[in-house]
Amino acid sequence: MTQDKLIQRVLKPLVWMLCLAPLLGLAGLAYTDGMTANPIEFLNRYLGEWALKFLLSALMITPLKIVTGWAGFTRFRRLLGLFAFFYAVLHLLSYVGLDQFFNWKDIWTDLIKRTYITVGLGAFIILAVLAATSTKNTIKKLGGKNWNRLHKWVYVAGFGGCLHFFMMRKGVQAEPLFYAGFLALLLIYRWLYYLKKQRQRAGKTAPAAL
Amino acid sequence: MLIKMTKASDIKSSEITPKAVFDDRRRFLKTAALAGLGFAAGSIAPSSFANEGRRKKLIGIEPSKWTQKSVGEKLTDYESVTSYNNFYEFGTGKQDPLTYAKDFNPKPWSVVVDGEVENPGTYSYEDLVNPHTLEDRVYRFRCVEAWSMVVPWVGIGLADMFKRFGPKNDAKYVAFETLNDPDRMYGQRRRVLEWPYREGLRMDEAMNPLSFMAVGLYGEELPNQNGAPIRLVTPWKYGFKSIKSIVRISFTKTQPPTSWNMSGPREYGFYSNVNPEKSHPRWSQAKERRIGEFLKRPSLMYNGYGEEVASMYVGMDLNKFY
Ligand code: HEM
Repeated sequence: MTQDKLIQRVLKPLVWMLCLAPLLGLAGLAYTDGMTANPIEFLNRYLGEWALKFLLSALMITPLKIVTGWAGFTRFRRLLGLFAFFYAVLHLLSYVGLDQFFNWKDIWTDLIKRTYITVGLGAFIILAVLAATSTKNTIKKLGGKNWNRLHKWVYVAGFGGCLHFFMMRKGVQAEPLFYAGFLALLLIYRWLYYLKKQRQRAGKTAPAAL
Repeated sequence: MLIKMTKASDIKSSEITPKAVFDDRRRFLKTAALAGLGFAAGSIAPSSFANEGRRKKLIGIEPSKWTQKSVGEKLTDYESVTSYNNFYEFGTGKQDPLTYAKDFNPKPWSVVVDGEVENPGTYSYEDLVNPHTLEDRVYRFRCVEAWSMVVPWVGIGLADMFKRFGPKNDAKYVAFETLNDPDRMYGQRRRVLEWPYREGLRMDEAMNPLSFMAVGLYGEELPNQNGAPIRLVTPWKYGFKSIKSIVRISFTKTQPPTSWNMSGPREYGFYSNVNPEKSHPRWSQAKERRIGEFLKRPSLMYNGYGEEVASMYVGMDLNKFY
């Protein structure tokens, strides 16, 4: 089997299944009374956490590629990013439809008054724009360079997601810090890699000056 | 006060548990799960009756004027009251206290009473509780996170207990502390808050007839996750004021520091009376979700206890003293 076929026929379906597994897990929890006495809160938080998990997974792709040297990883980036958006949509729907039960007035007040929700909305809008511009067509239309620049916003979304999480929890809780720390590690890694590349480039172009 | 060991099967038939409500909710969730994802009608054992085997019935409880009838609402089922808790000493997840307090053995227990008081000292749990007749009190319980319950507590009027300590005239406030023991309280290994957990009341609040020292719920000893063996209940304030697993009661001249106020002074005031008009940076306090219900309901000023407590705050700017 060629690498392409391996990705298409084996790995892609596998990753799809993994991406849908949280929904199956949810059904299992609902069935076994595992959603606490406040299932609406549980559901909302569960979906929000998975949105963030997928977002950070998508951000892990490039570092993974660099560390392992296997370019095939990039074939999964879009999928993971879109699943992050998918869970963010479910998270938002559970907030609007279950938690607030379509009370638009209260939702509006939340959006403008509760800073953590404003931040969540910001992250959501970014994810929506990135998802909408993820088709082959738009990539072509925008051109690789512009598209890349636009999709750098994914870091802002990641940061927003972590901040939203941190602000939402009372006191100084471990989980949001863990997610934020993970995001920071990914960013630091990228930065160090960028510096290294620059030094290499400088080394290549400037030997005459020495 | 006598403690009688009972089998879990005795308790399931507890007269006050609205078991029908409980079963309804479970059935609803199960049906939803089944319908939605086509699970085979299987035999996965539900994780109900979490305290099976270690529940102890309390004996000699007298009724009080705060009954289910006077509240006029259904009790929150036992399972919810004992499995959905904020008790960060045992972790920050709602079900962490149930999980991580399982092996917390609260007895023997003692409480230090000090400060501006005639009879300071270290009181054993039995010294504290035995001289009193236990009362049943059904109170609404409103968490600052905008969810609420109706809980049948068992315990002692705080004023009755305090009268035995003899607070001096100088005592203007009372401070409470929770046990600080990271070996036994798993959640204290992280500094979510500055441990030990601290709470406080103004003296008139403490002596208000509503203030209650609970040692049980649903006619049984307090489960560990609910603040065993002894906790405060101040039903007109947000839940975090009702400090759990108390080891110290200090009568003070000045307003004592309180944990959530230290952590976020803009969000949590010293008084923290339930106030639907004073919104919170994280949760609008105008509404709340009663555990077991779908739609939110409007929250009541002082959680519906205005008649008993409003007079204590007359003339105070509640936007400032939140
Ligand atoms: C308009 C957009 C959004 C709204 C209105 C929103 C709303 C909420 C609300 C109300 C909660 C708290 C639930 C509670 O109090 O129990 C929450 C928690 C959370 N949200 Fe969002 N959110 C939005 C976007 C996002 C996005 C884009 C992400 C991730 C990338 C996200 C991730 C989370 C996480 C991780 C939590 C905390 C879960 C936990 O505590 O375990 N949210 N969100």
